[in-house]
Amino acid sequence: MAALALLFLIESLEFAKLGALRAWASAAVAALAVLALGQRGALFGGCYSLDALSQFFKAAVAVGFCVVVAIGSRPREVEEAKQPDYFMLLAISSLGLMLLASATELVTMYLALELASLSLYAVAPLRSESRPAAEAAVKYILYGAMVTALSLYGLSLIMAAQHTTYVAELAQKPWSVAAAPLAVIGLALYLTGFLFKLALFPFHFWCPDVYQGVGNETAAFVSTLPKLGALAVLVRLVGAIGLDAQTADALAALAALSMTAGNFSALVQKDLKRLLGFSSVSHAGYAAMGLVAGGPDGLTSAAFYGVCYLLMNLAAFYVVCRVRQDGQNPTLSDLDGLYRTSPGMAFVLLAAAFSLVGLPPTAGFTGKFFLLSSLWGHGHDWLVIVAVLNTAIAIYYYLNMVRHAYTAEPAAEGASPTPGGLAPLLGASLAVCLLGVGLYPAPLLGLAQAAAKVVLP
Amino acid sequence: MTASGGFPFLTTLMVLPLAAALAALLLRREAAVRWFTLAVGLLEMGLAIPLLSFQPSLPGFQFVELADWVPQWGMHYHLGLDGLSLIMVLLSVFLLPLCVLCSWTYITKRIKEFHICLLVMTAACVGVFSALDFVLFYVFWEAMLVPMFLLIAVWGGPERRYASLKFFLYTLAGSTLLLVAIIAFRAVGGSFSIPDLLGREFPVSFQRWAFLAMALAFAIKVPMFPFHTWLPAAHVQAPSAGSVILAAVLLKMGTYGFMRFCLGLTPEASHFFAPLMIGLSVISILYGGYTALGQTDLKRMVAYSSVGHMGFVTLGIFMFNQQGLTGALMQMLNHGITTGALFMMLGAAYERSHSREMADHMGMGKYLPAFMGLWGLFALSSLGFPGTNSFVGELLVLTGAFKANLWAGALSIPGALLAAAYMLRATRSMAWGQPSTAKAWADLNIREWTALAPLAVLVIWIGFAPGLAMRSMEPTVARLLEHVNTRTALAHKAEQPERPILAEVTP
Repeated sequence: MAALALLFLIESLEFAKLGALRAWASAAVAALAVLALGQRGALFGGCYSLDALSQFFKAAVAVGFCVVVAIGSRPREVEEAKQPDYFMLLAISSLGLMLLASATELVTMYLALELASLSLYAVAPLRSESRPAAEAAVKYILYGAMVTALSLYGLSLIMAAQHTTYVAELAQKPWSVAAAPLAVIGLALYLTGFLFKLALFPFHFWCPDVYQGVGNETAAFVSTLPKLGALAVLVRLVGAIGLDAQTADALAALAALSMTAGNFSALVQKDLKRLLGFSSVSHAGYAAMGLVAGGPDGLTSAAFYGVCYLLMNLAAFYVVCRVRQDGQNPTLSDLDGLYRTSPGMAFVLLAAAFSLVGLPPTAGFTGKFFLLSSLWGHGHDWLVIVAVLNTAIAIYYYLNMVRHAYTAEPAAEGASPTPGGLAPLLGASLAVCLLGVGLYPAPLLGLAQAAAKVVLP
Repeated sequence: MTASGGFPFLTTLMVLPLAAALAALLLRREAAVRWFTLAVGLLEMGLAIPLLSFQPSLPGFQFVELADWVPQWGMHYHLGLDGLSLIMVLLSVFLLPLCVLCSWTYITKRIKEFHICLLVMTAACVGVFSALDFVLFYVFWEAMLVPMFLLIAVWGGPERRYASLKFFLYTLAGSTLLLVAIIAFRAVGGSFSIPDLLGREFPVSFQRWAFLAMALAFAIKVPMFPFHTWLPAAHVQAPSAGSVILAAVLLKMGTYGFMRFCLGLTPEASHFFAPLMIGLSVISILYGGYTALGQTDLKRMVAYSSVGHMGFVTLGIFMFNQQGLTGALMQMLNHGITTGALFMMLGAAYERSHSREMADHMGMGKYLPAFMGLWGLFALSSLGFPGTNSFVGELLVLTGAFKANLWAGALSIPGALLAAAYMLRATRSMAWGQPSTAKAWADLNIREWTALAPLAVLVIWIGFAPGLAMRSMEPTVARLLEHVNTRTALAHKAEQPERPILAEVTP
């Protein structure tokens, strides 16, 4: 199923131009992934398993990939000749993420992560003739390489201490600092790789720079899908192995710092993508709350929040990509008078921004609400308070986006984004999804719950 | 959806405006949108008539609707009314057509979107007051912010951006802790269902901080001193209809929250923090009145007067006696009617003068007799003149205050005097002030009469025959009071067997 995506896009590289077909092909893959939600099984001697968790995240990744392709079916900033490569690389990266969701063995996970990351390192500098893009790519690769090394080192420690790399077997071993100090350190280092992908403080330094440097469409991908992959692994590992008290405390502290640092940094940003970059650092903190809470409720809400985050960030990036169709980075003032020039898009922005704040009745609210209620009463009540106070800080900059769109006068005529093709439909469906998941989260929550149940011992 | 009480009236009252908002998107002509929204408003009023069959004497909630929402997390779509919420739902529904009428010529840009905001707002108002699931309540409570933010930010005055941002930041920041309290109530009480939670007892230490977390959200919404600074800015900048909804419904969400949640769920903490709340109420009354006295901007004056009037409401709530609570509930209704009407009249005046300054509205008595006549009536009601609705409520609150706490009563009396001072001063200069700027203005037209007359009738009707309104409130108030006082009495029995919580002083 994932190979199908790859196949289509390799075809586009070698043979005839697919053009708009790319979006349809990825839509077909997404539909297949959704249909395959119920598939169960194991491959490669237990390294790769199809379970509720993997299928849940795979479907999310496939849908997200489809949306990203549909948002930028002909990305302006990528040269015409390189466009097939661009889509191929994104598809390979998505494939890596899907493998990641299914991996139940640490080395497989590592390989899948590298597959997902390496193709993104190649995509990042594709923004033609842009120095910041090159810089972003270099940063991305360097930070990535460093974290990879840490991860690999952690993996070796785990192997040395526990003599296995299968998650199911690891779950049976002792994981307290007293009983297996080396393994705990190893796991912490191993998880660093995934926290890096999640852009959790202090592994977030790449995030705003990369968002700002790479093309708008690429940023839409980088900001959403790799996080889902990372979350899938984190949910699996935390579910199976569990966090001991110290690790949970450390993660809680990182989550709190991540929210606060992300929000405060976002307050002063003018570049929309950079702003969203810092906001995603704070969202990584929110998602980590579910991991800190652990247990069925915590993991369910983390998985659920992952999908909510995918939807709301894609909706935000949909606006980012469409506001500046010349491929430049949009700033807050580019949103001025969006309401006048494109009311539909302004509404998508409204839904996305309020969802990112966590205001009902949007997906962001339900996601955050489940996270907060799963964490309450598990010894980290202070983190809940920090999270809601952070919501209060975040209102300012998200609301600022809406304010620019709805109350400011358009700066210059002619700069108005022109609606074309199916784009308005895509925006509308994203907004409807945000409201739909917000108003009636039960079905999606049910899937997330099933996913979390699988990994718990 | 299973509606255990037969036809789902409350859902219909919410869905109709939402469906109308979607339908309005398809309308092309601006005039059509106005007529359409007006028709929907009237239909909504018609649909609310069956709610009048409410039986005040029956305990518990009526018109209950219950369905699964998020079963995994124990959240339900649960609606219902008691005497407390019935009045607020009726008021919300009643105001929609009036808001459409008072914006008929006032709003000249983005007319379709304006009416969509009004419709969404109405749906959210009905939702807030009828929600019986704590999360559902919070959803409506917050959902209300977006249309109100847009009403101020898009159709407001020159400083609308600042005012709308301040309004949003304040109220959302306040309610974040309410969310924590909701989550904590579920952790401790095991449910999000409000009727369930009302039947439970919570540890005192838990109650205290839960009370504070909730009270912050409610106090900002009311708004109580010192959390009131968003209100004058929002009121002054908002269009008339926005001010009307803000004054009549939004502020009541705060006092409703105090009654339903603080008194209902945390009775002992309410008693414990009563001195603080009474103190803040008295300061609000005096401060609101005193500041209103210093205003030359008429809208700002009425806005500050709201701070004072709402102070009476919160004062009544924390007196823990029948008079105080009934008075508070009456004042919630009265303030909605009177201040709503005053804002409508100021909107009408603004359309003529394009100014909010008192000095630009001199001498209207001679040229606009009907306008001044109605203004006079609403001004008298606002200052609590006998024979008007506010007199009844204010008298009850003050009686309750004197009965429970002599000082609170005595200190809030000057508030009533201040109200008389600023209202009469404004009315005098508007009616007889020189030089007259009103020569060229037309008196109230049919549309304005249609919007204001029902409110005027209510002012006099409740003023002379408060029995009808009070009959629907009293049983609910009595039950609430019994709930609060028995809970507290039981908890304190061991330590203080004889002493009442607040020193009772017979007037």
